[in-house]
Amino acid sequence: MTTTAQNRAERTATAVPLHRPISTALHKRPRVRLGALLALPLTWLVGLYIFSLALLLITAFWLVDPFTSLVRPGFTLDNFALLFSNPAYISTSLRTLGIALAVTALSAAFAIPLGIFMAKIASPWMRAVLAVAITLPLWAGYLVKIVAMRITFTEEGFFNTVAGAFGLSGPGFGIPTVIITLTYLWFPYMALPVYTAIRQIPVNLFDASADLGASGWTTIRTVVMPLLTPALIAGSVFTFSLSLGDYLAARFVGGANSQMIGSIIASNINLNPPVAAAFSVVPIAFVVIYLLVTRRTGALERM
Amino acid sequence: MKKQLLVPAFASAALLVLAGCSSDGQSGDGLFIDVPDIPMAEELGAAEDASLDIVAWSGFVEPEWSDQFTEDTGCVVNRRVAGTSDEMVTLMRTGEYDLVSASGDASLRLIAGGDVAPINLDLIPNFGDDIVEGMKGQIYDTINGQSYGVPIGRGANILQYNSEVVTETPESWDVVWEADSPYAGQIIAYDAPIYIADAAVYLMTHEPDLGITNPYALDETQLAAAVELLQQQNEIVAEYWADPVAQITSFVGGTTVVGTSWEVLRKFTEDTEKFGGTLPVEGSTGWSDAWMLSSEADAPNCAYLWMDYTSSPEVNGAIAMNFGMAPANAAFCETSDEAAQHCEDFNATDEEYFSNVWFWTTPIEQCVDGRTDVTCTNFQQWTEAWLTVKG
Repeated sequence: MTTTAQNRAERTATAVPLHRPISTALHKRPRVRLGALLALPLTWLVGLYIFSLALLLITAFWLVDPFTSLVRPGFTLDNFALLFSNPAYISTSLRTLGIALAVTALSAAFAIPLGIFMAKIASPWMRAVLAVAITLPLWAGYLVKIVAMRITFTEEGFFNTVAGAFGLSGPGFGIPTVIITLTYLWFPYMALPVYTAIRQIPVNLFDASADLGASGWTTIRTVVMPLLTPALIAGSVFTFSLSLGDYLAARFVGGANSQMIGSIIASNINLNPPVAAAFSVVPIAFVVIYLLVTRRTGALERM
Repeated sequence: MKKQLLVPAFASAALLVLAGCSSDGQSGDGLFIDVPDIPMAEELGAAEDASLDIVAWSGFVEPEWSDQFTEDTGCVVNRRVAGTSDEMVTLMRTGEYDLVSASGDASLRLIAGGDVAPINLDLIPNFGDDIVEGMKGQIYDTINGQSYGVPIGRGANILQYNSEVVTETPESWDVVWEADSPYAGQIIAYDAPIYIADAAVYLMTHEPDLGITNPYALDETQLAAAVELLQQQNEIVAEYWADPVAQITSFVGGTTVVGTSWEVLRKFTEDTEKFGGTLPVEGSTGWSDAWMLSSEADAPNCAYLWMDYTSSPEVNGAIAMNFGMAPANAAFCETSDEAAQHCEDFNATDEEYFSNVWFWTTPIEQCVDGRTDVTCTNFQQWTEAWLTVKG
């Protein structure tokens, strides 16, 4: 036993000096240290993410040969003019914005009571079950989930069969179903931050609020909600921006009149990349405006 | 109909090519399209060591027949499945692929873009008398008398209906176009700019004053009329389909009872009693696929060998059965009872049936109906118009 311990000690003693030169060297050179730490993420961020985004935006000013649809570098604002010249495109942009806002509001409306229940009322066992239930949809493929919603909402589908028993009928395919489907897809991104935020609220705040005579509703409004704002904003950035860019939900459950910005981009991406690039600026603009507004509220600092 | 006059003209142009006379003049009706001059292979060399990279529709290149090809020729087949014609064009532009199974709405773009090379049909012995007449020398793969494609198969966009609701076979497309359709709110339409041609086919019969003679040659007035019809249809449409799965679930799930379909999708409903299909009196649009050879192919000999191999009755039939379309090689129909049944189901040798079908063709500024006094609308204008319909 002793020999083994000794051996191990010796081995460690000989192993350590081997590593020291690097850590000593790094210790002396803070810039190299920082560089080594950031090299990989920065290559990713600048090289792949920002560079490709910049390329995309430049393409929006390029020209395209009308017959062969070959892209030629150049400068034209026609692609952007198209965004405003066609009433159908404007209504598509506004429709997409409305859908994204509705999805965000609906997700928040579901996430808050669920979060309060999970964090403060449910037993640990129930809490674990709910946490799995929320994240479970994330495990399935995105397209599978949309097709599942499609089958649920067809005329003779699950929804109408069940609702039919109560004399009701489903919304069919259209904007409401797109909103429901997108809410289903992005709900976990809202529910998880909200639940975590509620868990972090100390229980004695609820007690103090009750002691001061506040009703349950007043407690939620004046204590829980202000503490929840950063989490709600974090969640809404996901639900809002993901909804803005989606086009498959509109294609599969959208019916006749729910074309979204993503649908226009998808129709043009191969045939007319400059127009697709110009349209991709619309959701970017919406998200930037949204972030600027939320920054004004100061919520981003507390995230 | 003008198209019926065109077919013999194109067929004779193709025959010239078949006979080995390279015809560089104008084709049938005086339509000359300016295309890049790309050399054609004169003779077949030895199979290359490089892999044969093919962009194809799902089901066109399967191990079932490509393994045998590799064994016979030594050419290793590398398949890339594409989902849309636009994607195929984009992939071919990368220059990394040797062959593509292009539909008519992609082929003219590829030819005009200089992405594909003319094909020497002499080097494809299996392209012979058994290739159905209606697929030889069509505008979508034969330009100025020069062939650019080896036909694989074809299909029509049919009118499918749920016979429990639509009890009598509709004779006309009016059930999906007219605002007073008894099936308003239960109609499905195809979701692509090329669907504008379906509106144009309907207008050819019902608004003869517009003077449409080819649904792929629309001037601005004619396009506006087609868009107006599509907007009228938008009010009564339950949904649009681009994805076959969506179309099948729409019919089977009861959301729609009548609309555009393919013969193979009707089969996939697994209830061909309940779901009927018909080719209405106005005729219809359709699609026809052909192998096209990249102008930058690094394995052109393998590509020629593949085009020949897949034009044989057995392999061409296997592809047609796997995908669900009418084969280009009619000899397949006599190989077995099953093959005969397939040809019957898909009207493979029924030229009269297909004479009413306008195969997808890329709309270009030059009117493909031969008019020279107007400029026609191109595919980009169609795309923009289509997004307006749904917006």
